[in-house]
Amino acid sequence: MEHYNMNLTLKVWRQKNSQDKGRFETYQVKNISSEMSFLEMFDVLNEELIREGKEPIAFDHDCREGICGMCSMYINGRPHGPWHANTTCQLHMRAYKDGDTIVVEPWRANAFPVVKDLVVDRSSFDRIVQSGGYISVNTGNAVDANAMPIEKDKADAAFAAAACIGCGACVAACKNSSAMLFLSAKVSHLALLPQGAPERKSRVLNMVAQMDREGFGACTNTGACEAVCPKEISITNIARLNLEYIGSGLVTE
Amino acid sequence: MQWSEFFTSSVGKKFVMGLTGLFLISFLVIHVGINSCIFADLFDPSENGEMFNKGAHFMGSTVVIRILEVGLFAGLILHIVQGYLLEARNRSARSVGYAVSMGNKGSKWYSRSMGLLGTLLLLFLVVHIAHFWVKARITHTLAPVTYNGVEMHDMFSEMKAVFSQGWVIPVYVLGCISLAYHLAHGFQSAFRSVGVHNNKYNKLLIGLGYAFSIIVSLLFALMPVSMYFGWVG
Amino acid sequence: MLNSKIPAGPLDQKWTEFKGHCKLVNPANKRKLEIIIIGTGLAGASAASSLGELGYKVKAFCFQDSPRRAHSIAAQGGINAAKNYQNDGDSVFRLFYDTIKGGDYRARESNVHRLAEVSASIIDQCVAQGVPFAREYGGLLSNRSFGGTQVQRTFYAAGQTGQQLLIGAYQALERQVALGNVTMYNRHEMLDVVVIDGKARGVIVRNLVTGELERHFGHAVLLCSGGYGNVFYLSTNAMGSNVTAAWKAHKKGAHFGNPCFTQIHPTCIPVSGDHQSKLTLMSESLRNDGRIWVPKKQNDTRRPNEIPEEERDYYLERRYPAFGNLVPRDVASRAAKERCDAGYGVGSSRQAVYLDYADAIQRYGKGEVNKRNIQGATPELITQLGKEVVKEKYGNLFDMYEKITGENPYEVPMRIYPAVHYTMGGLWVDYELMTSVQGLYALGEANFSDHGANRLGASALMQGLADGYFVIPYTIGNYLADEIRVASISTDHPAFVQAEKEVADRIQQLISIKGNQTVESFHKRLGKIMWDKCGMARNEAGLKQAIDEIRQLKKEFWSDVRIPGSIKEMNPELDKANRVADFIELGELMCIDALNRKESCGGHFREESQTEEGEAMRDDANFSYVAAWEYAGEHNWNLHKEELVFEVAKPTQRSYK
Repeated sequence: MEHYNMNLTLKVWRQKNSQDKGRFETYQVKNISSEMSFLEMFDVLNEELIREGKEPIAFDHDCREGICGMCSMYINGRPHGPWHANTTCQLHMRAYKDGDTIVVEPWRANAFPVVKDLVVDRSSFDRIVQSGGYISVNTGNAVDANAMPIEKDKADAAFAAAACIGCGACVAACKNSSAMLFLSAKVSHLALLPQGAPERKSRVLNMVAQMDREGFGACTNTGACEAVCPKEISITNIARLNLEYIGSGLVTE
Repeated sequence: MQWSEFFTSSVGKKFVMGLTGLFLISFLVIHVGINSCIFADLFDPSENGEMFNKGAHFMGSTVVIRILEVGLFAGLILHIVQGYLLEARNRSARSVGYAVSMGNKGSKWYSRSMGLLGTLLLLFLVVHIAHFWVKARITHTLAPVTYNGVEMHDMFSEMKAVFSQGWVIPVYVLGCISLAYHLAHGFQSAFRSVGVHNNKYNKLLIGLGYAFSIIVSLLFALMPVSMYFGWVG
Repeated sequence: MLNSKIPAGPLDQKWTEFKGHCKLVNPANKRKLEIIIIGTGLAGASAASSLGELGYKVKAFCFQDSPRRAHSIAAQGGINAAKNYQNDGDSVFRLFYDTIKGGDYRARESNVHRLAEVSASIIDQCVAQGVPFAREYGGLLSNRSFGGTQVQRTFYAAGQTGQQLLIGAYQALERQVALGNVTMYNRHEMLDVVVIDGKARGVIVRNLVTGELERHFGHAVLLCSGGYGNVFYLSTNAMGSNVTAAWKAHKKGAHFGNPCFTQIHPTCIPVSGDHQSKLTLMSESLRNDGRIWVPKKQNDTRRPNEIPEEERDYYLERRYPAFGNLVPRDVASRAAKERCDAGYGVGSSRQAVYLDYADAIQRYGKGEVNKRNIQGATPELITQLGKEVVKEKYGNLFDMYEKITGENPYEVPMRIYPAVHYTMGGLWVDYELMTSVQGLYALGEANFSDHGANRLGASALMQGLADGYFVIPYTIGNYLADEIRVASISTDHPAFVQAEKEVADRIQQLISIKGNQTVESFHKRLGKIMWDKCGMARNEAGLKQAIDEIRQLKKEFWSDVRIPGSIKEMNPELDKANRVADFIELGELMCIDALNRKESCGGHFREESQTEEGEAMRDDANFSYVAAWEYAGEHNWNLHKEELVFEVAKPTQRSYK
């Protein structure tokens, strides 16, 4: 790969805390290497701000290898930036060229209130999982792992759904701020496996109810979630969730 | 689970939207089928809308169909009301919007504009119903015509009359374009909302949906156009 | 003195004996007992859910925005278990033996045997939770092999095994939260342990959103806070991974075991520049199929594909024919360093070796051609089919490599170099996982116990879950059974007030320095000292120098660090400063420990102690012990030795030749 350096203009959302109204601030960053990651570019900017006696920009990040789901930037009108199947932390600066202007915003959804700058509160996802996103099996109750063979296709499909990292890009991208891709990934993961069967009906009903309580919108199948999902979770899961819900809701007394 | 819980949940509401949507799609099949009878005129100029008028008469005089018509209106109203409720709820889920919108990165504009397209369709429907349905079913102010001793409304002549007015044509064409885009997303989305999740079928349904939306809307749009320009009638 | 509380009796009966005779707490009393858990990775989440299920009142804390973010999630390759599903000769004993040997005979036999014993139950439990492990067409679980073993005992879920296991544990944890047995505190960081009458009775935590300090009481405190690889600044750990919880415990009396035992993982993406904030691991599973090589000519600047086969040095296969590319991590890392130091390195930095999939692609391609019964397949077709197989097995890893480097690993060999990955050292614990402070436990990577001087691949996940699901639920009862008469202690107790004041004072002091250098710059400097002098190779002079430099760095930090913002708000720089301050102190102890241990063993390579062939040379006569360091004031530690007794796995020179 050819390396190059670039100067960029950044417009970043700054908001002191959840009560603050917030506004955009413009920053110039210089000599950014194309080999840097996007967050390393933010590190450089923050170091600069600290040296100038200003407040650095708060943003969520942890593993920086695209798996923990903590990073969450809405970059030039797209969650996690321009690359396909990617997280912000894995976005590298070779995606940009000298002179570019980059606008960075936090995830926007009432169910994800801004905590500070680019940091949002995604605990609503935890509460959705609490409402039923598990298999009730206490430690020590398990039978032998190979006692129940599982069709490979189903196991693979369950894995593909379980690959969700809970970053919330789907919500951020959705015009309705719907959490259906996240929710359907969990419901599909557990509904596809025989272990999940006993709680299959109550799980989907309770999880949808919790999602509605959290203030997420409804799904209108636009597909924006699927397009930005770093783990390429398929929107087909949403249709599966719908069937799970309809089937359960119509028969559960 | 209570019925009310089911139907007020986000997924339940979408289920209703999907079901009513599919019902309306099936209505469109009948509607476009019968109305396309006007094109018989192209092959036999002496036909003069006979096949179409008979078809319209059948629809207006058969008890079962009249009962279904009530269902159609109920479905339509449910689809509209539920649609607006959902749109309102979905819009309220994000009070602070983005400075840079995502635009078409990842979704089609018409899939995000179902509310707008639906509203255009609703406005069109008001005009459309006033033009034909009110006169045929409520005020009975259509000229009579008799075939084989049976007297019926001459819908064909009414169509010609309505579609001879210049302003009507763009309104109808716009209505049909709205319908095309509404269906382009609505057709496959309805199936997803009622739970079709087999990718093999979903792919089929997407293709079918595009074909359906284009063919149906095109046929509908051709009716006013061809009458205005005198190709038919 | 150190009492490791190892049960009497034959090795394979110890755990059974213990379980049969440990004290129990009845269900009514469990409801009255409160347990604090710090960290929600595999160890923390599994402990929190299991203890919640038992009926204890659990409070769990994590510094991330959700327990599901813990860095266990990044583990890629797999989890070991002695299931012997492959009928290839595996057993509890083999797993035990491989782990002891892999750890270069510096782990405690009894703990490791217990780990091997419960390993099979972990797989059962995870499958029951819905963890989607890879399966064969018949619907049964699939296995792969990992470094340092000759059987296939590693269970995996593509390259995301850690993620799937953590989500399983996270779901179990959230279920207990829903049931009211566990209270979860996200974005909270532990800043001190409260010790009353010699027993851990609670913690002081900081709410990272508001900046407020909080006091929490517990009858016992479990530290599941992971490892301290970030002391090197650059490591494969998450940005937030830190030693603070363990270090605070250490300063409150918990001994630190073998702090210098660091695992340098051989297959990581090389550093690309000064801006680098972290390193990314390429799973060890890649060594299953990939071949590692360097050019036979020094300073060869040709592109890899231009170097003919006979001019390539597959140095691992050459040096270690029995294990080849699957030698343990410490051996593979040192071999890579040796080649690069000798001038055979590749890439622009010359600090990298090739991990090549060309052979594997051909092999798999031919296999597919046979399987599908294709006659007269062209070389292109074979290559294409081979790439498809490789993609299915390692696709996500290859994608990750391409995102970071911009190079396509299906076409050109990957460049890899060793990087800090895991710390075998940690808080010293006894057989019951209790530290040297009563009622204070350490689980998972935070403790020192199971991996000796080198951890085998796919064993970290196993240990974290073993500790949380199957060990602590038994051992904690043994302690808490005597605590049932202790009512909740008010957090107004002077010990709480005092601990909170100390924490508040320190934060105040940090933020008042208002110096000129950023926290990050100190962290980078610390990392450089550690990597250069306490990294893959260590020697006496270097370590002594490092200790001096670290002491100097500490002074500079406490007089010149600049922390923007204020205390009572979300302030990531302040959080980081708190952590780096502890890393600096830990760095000193690591060097002291490395200096003390004059032998080479596992990941600890003292240049003074090597064989003629350059292999690590142990000194069992003098160093067959766990170095447990007791904090005794600034720059001061007392060494306690826990002699290691090997009744079953008799130490021999490790050989993978």
